Amino acid sequence: MKAKLTVVLGVAAALSMSTAANAGATLDAVKKKGFVQCGVSTGLPGFSSADDKGKFTGIDVDMCRAVSAAIFGDADKVKYSPLTAKERFTALQSGEIDMLPRNTTWTYTRDTSLGLNFTGVNYYDGQGFLVNKNLGVKSALEMDGASFCIQAGTTTELNLADYFRTNKMNYTPITFDTSDQTIKAFEAGRCDALTSDQSQLYALRIKLGNPESAIVLPEVISKEPLGPVVRQGDDEWFNIVKWSLFAMVNAEELGVSSQNVDEMKGSSTDPNIRRLLGLEGVKGEWMGLPDEWGYNIIKLVGNYDEVFERNVGKGSPLGISRGLNALWSKGGIQYAPPIR
Amino acid sequence: MPSENLSQSSSKVPLWRHPVFRATLFQIILVVALIAFGHYLLSNTLQNMQQRGITTGFDFLSNEAGFGILQSLIPYDETYTYGRTFVVGLLNTLLVAGLGIFFATLLGFFIGVARLSHNWLVAKLATVYIETFRNIPLLLQIMFWYFAVLRPLPRPRESLSVGESVFLNNRGLFVPKPVAEDGFMMVIVALVAAIAGAIVLVRWAHKRQEATGKQFPSGWVSTGLIIGAPLLAFFASGSPLHWDYPVLGGFNFRGGLEVIPELAALTLALSIYTAAFIAEAVRSGIQSVSHGQTEAAYALGLRPKVTLKLVIIPQAMRVIIPQLTSQYLNLTKNSSLATAIGYPDLVNVFAGTTLNQTGQAVEVIAMTMGVYLAISLVISLFMNWYNKRKQLVER
Repeated sequence: MKAKLTVVLGVAAALSMSTAANAGATLDAVKKKGFVQCGVSTGLPGFSSADDKGKFTGIDVDMCRAVSAAIFGDADKVKYSPLTAKERFTALQSGEIDMLPRNTTWTYTRDTSLGLNFTGVNYYDGQGFLVNKNLGVKSALEMDGASFCIQAGTTTELNLADYFRTNKMNYTPITFDTSDQTIKAFEAGRCDALTSDQSQLYALRIKLGNPESAIVLPEVISKEPLGPVVRQGDDEWFNIVKWSLFAMVNAEELGVSSQNVDEMKGSSTDPNIRRLLGLEGVKGEWMGLPDEWGYNIIKLVGNYDEVFERNVGKGSPLGISRGLNALWSKGGIQYAPPIR
Repeated sequence: MPSENLSQSSSKVPLWRHPVFRATLFQIILVVALIAFGHYLLSNTLQNMQQRGITTGFDFLSNEAGFGILQSLIPYDETYTYGRTFVVGLLNTLLVAGLGIFFATLLGFFIGVARLSHNWLVAKLATVYIETFRNIPLLLQIMFWYFAVLRPLPRPRESLSVGESVFLNNRGLFVPKPVAEDGFMMVIVALVAAIAGAIVLVRWAHKRQEATGKQFPSGWVSTGLIIGAPLLAFFASGSPLHWDYPVLGGFNFRGGLEVIPELAALTLALSIYTAAFIAEAVRSGIQSVSHGQTEAAYALGLRPKVTLKLVIIPQAMRVIIPQLTSQYLNLTKNSSLATAIGYPDLVNVFAGTTLNQTGQAVEVIAMTMGVYLAISLVISLFMNWYNKRKQLVER
């Protein structure tokens, strides 16, 4: 699209003009302008979507809010840039955004050759298939010769090709820019199935006119660890985003939530909790932040469990169970290094 | 004489005030400044990218792409390279631009002439067409046609069919594909020979008419030649052609020739939209020819049809061609809106998926821009050459 081309051009121009990123530059710039510029998806319920008043919600949006809370003690000092899968990396590379929590899969190529750093995993996902019920398909292996609606520029596109190649089957890919276009084409019958990360399939399914007409196949054909991304070369900023996520996971593990955090702050004697809330042992200034950065995240955004349940879990229209995303101590693989 | 003035004054004024010297100096300064600026941009970009650990260079073009593409005019699957995806996307862009230019020109001339019709209804319909399609954003039209084409069509198993060989469903139009066998070369040779013969014939007829005034029906004869000769060769060499029929298998038809709905919708939208502008160019061209020309032709006893062909159209073309060039350029560039409906053009396949999988924005965008620049220049050059030929030759 012409508009897209201009965006990328602008990015190329910005890349050529800007000076090298210095360590610490991002936090200084963020403090100076007074908000975090956050790259999110163009509208994916549960991850990032705007309501009719333009208010963004979602698990990725809460990641932005957590970082804002850690820096400013205010979760709302965030501006959102909705980006398509195609635009996201250039936007981050060029400095158009400060961080990218946009259901982005952590892969070798992206981590090593794009000048980016993944800060952790805020959602463990895997690629699946959404198919029309009346097709009578029970497994992806029955889909030789089928056509698939896909979003351009995703790992999904590559996984699908790999899967069909290893299983010696043929397929027809129809790639669109946004997930909205993808689901519309699926609904119009252009393709037999829509393939994407499973969490997205549930999110897109509720956008269908008749959600009951389509089912999500049980197969998961790939690992999709989704997490926030930052530019390489600014360790301080890398630490802030990384530990904002870890603070939420640690809070869940320690049983600290937005509801009881004030009470804990006053009465808890558990040194783990006291360190998390910045009361003893650790210093916020190691990341250029106030000591109560952890407290602010939990108070203003919540712990990982609250964020999950509110946006994608049982308390949301998506109704996804914790599964892999349960804490390591509860049968899942969600795990954060200790704050000490 | 200015040159005398110059040589006289040059001895009096100092060198730095000499007009020729100054002009040359400023040109040199401008060129040097441009080169320096370009060099600064390039080296700064490369340095920044290196510092941020972003891979640079064109090595990625020989890496395996690993993703599928909906339509390719040359053999392609996910084991081919990123370089190949570039060619696939380029050919798809050229295909849709070519089809769009062809249909837009046909439709545009038709509507443009219709708008000048003496028939009230025809003229008004043409006006409504122009005002409607010219004023609706192209992107909306593309989306409209895409879903208007898709929605009413049945799924593959309930395909509409004609004689069990042509099938239409929401995955596309499937028709039998002609496959050439040995000996088909004869037909092609015959076709080329017939075209060459027709050109010679038309030239001869033209010369004869200028010399003697006698007319020769060269149009009919050359048409017959171009159609007849290959047909004759075809049957003489024993019909060296068989048809590959589409067959329903699994989820969709296989074999045959497939026209995907994305191509259909994009071609429709581009042609209909651009035709509205071409129609206006045609109208303004025809109206620019003074009515006196028509009256003069009639006074000479020329019939209206001949007047139109020999007097009006040739003069109108001088006004039409430059505008037509712009429309062809616009259509080609607008074809990049294809990504909205998933047609695998250059922007979708290369500046989209390839860029994102490799992350090499600067290289990929530079290549894509280079392609659009090259296509535009070729169209411009050709149309300018054609324009020159059609210009008034003053004697």
